[in-house]
Amino acid sequence: MGVFDSIKRNFSVWLRKVFKKRIARIGIYGPPNAGKTTLANRIVREWSGDTMGSTSEIPHETRRAKRREGLTISSNGSSVTLDIVDTPGLATKIDFHDFMSFGLEEEEAKRRAKEATEGVIDAIKWLEDLDGILLVMDATEDPFTQVNVTVVGNMEARRLPLMIVANKIDLPDSAPARIHSAFPQHPMVSISALEGFNIDKLYNAIAENFGG
Amino acid sequence: MTGVQIDLISSDRLSSMAPMEKVRLILDEVKKGKIVVLESGLEPTEETKLIEITMLEVTPEGFIGIEMESYPQKHRKNIFEKIFGKNPRARLTVIGPANQLKTLHKDKDLISALVSAREV
Repeated sequence: MGVFDSIKRNFSVWLRKVFKKRIARIGIYGPPNAGKTTLANRIVREWSGDTMGSTSEIPHETRRAKRREGLTISSNGSSVTLDIVDTPGLATKIDFHDFMSFGLEEEEAKRRAKEATEGVIDAIKWLEDLDGILLVMDATEDPFTQVNVTVVGNMEARRLPLMIVANKIDLPDSAPARIHSAFPQHPMVSISALEGFNIDKLYNAIAENFGG
Repeated sequence: MTGVQIDLISSDRLSSMAPMEKVRLILDEVKKGKIVVLESGLEPTEETKLIEITMLEVTPEGFIGIEMESYPQKHRKNIFEKIFGKNPRARLTVIGPANQLKTLHKDKDLISALVSAREV
């Protein structure tokens, strides 16, 4: 990338920050089973009464990106109107045998694997059309996964805001501090999307980081 | 002698290649069962392109994907990098077939992996 392109890109980011967009399109990203759809459902349910999609313990339950437009979140005097995009889990490998270990028949497992590969591509394509992302990480897992490293690197390269959501803090072996230590340069909120722990803190952070 | 071939690709060779050339080279070698080590790694956007193309080539009974490991990028510290948007230099990246390369441990400065000639 040339210096001129860099200056132009940084200037447009600065303009966007100064004249914050009225509607920010925010993607919910992360590895499979991090709780992306559980979080999307909670946000959409609490601010509109709807839901985004089904959840399951079987990985890759979400295999198509789903968008909910015009969701206004207000917190501590700030408000932001968001288009929320719940994306399929990102992965570098998909083996249908993994789905069979959850009790799926071979044909169904193969179909799910095929759809999961398409879902990963869908999620990657959406990166081009977002104003920022919530990167959901399972706080019981090692944060240094390739998916996390790649998503963080992509947002930094695009100079777009990223907020890390350390999910599943209701579980006894969760360690959100480990996530913060891995990616200290980005804001992080620790929550349980399932139980609703700290969800108000998340809304504050969303309004602060993505709103006007 | 049975074993696993490891290709170490220099940053000089990588720097002369277009992103899609890198992706094609990596995938062609990995699908042959090789481990590819990139001295200067891939840019984040190249990593997503590699994942995207990998997903297009996954088949139920054949290629199940890749194991890829790179260190987190170092964030910008000096004012020059912040003003001119200079991207941090990509760091070493290891890529292999998902059924032969398994990451054991990874942190900011260490990648520990198990390589197998058989499926793991």
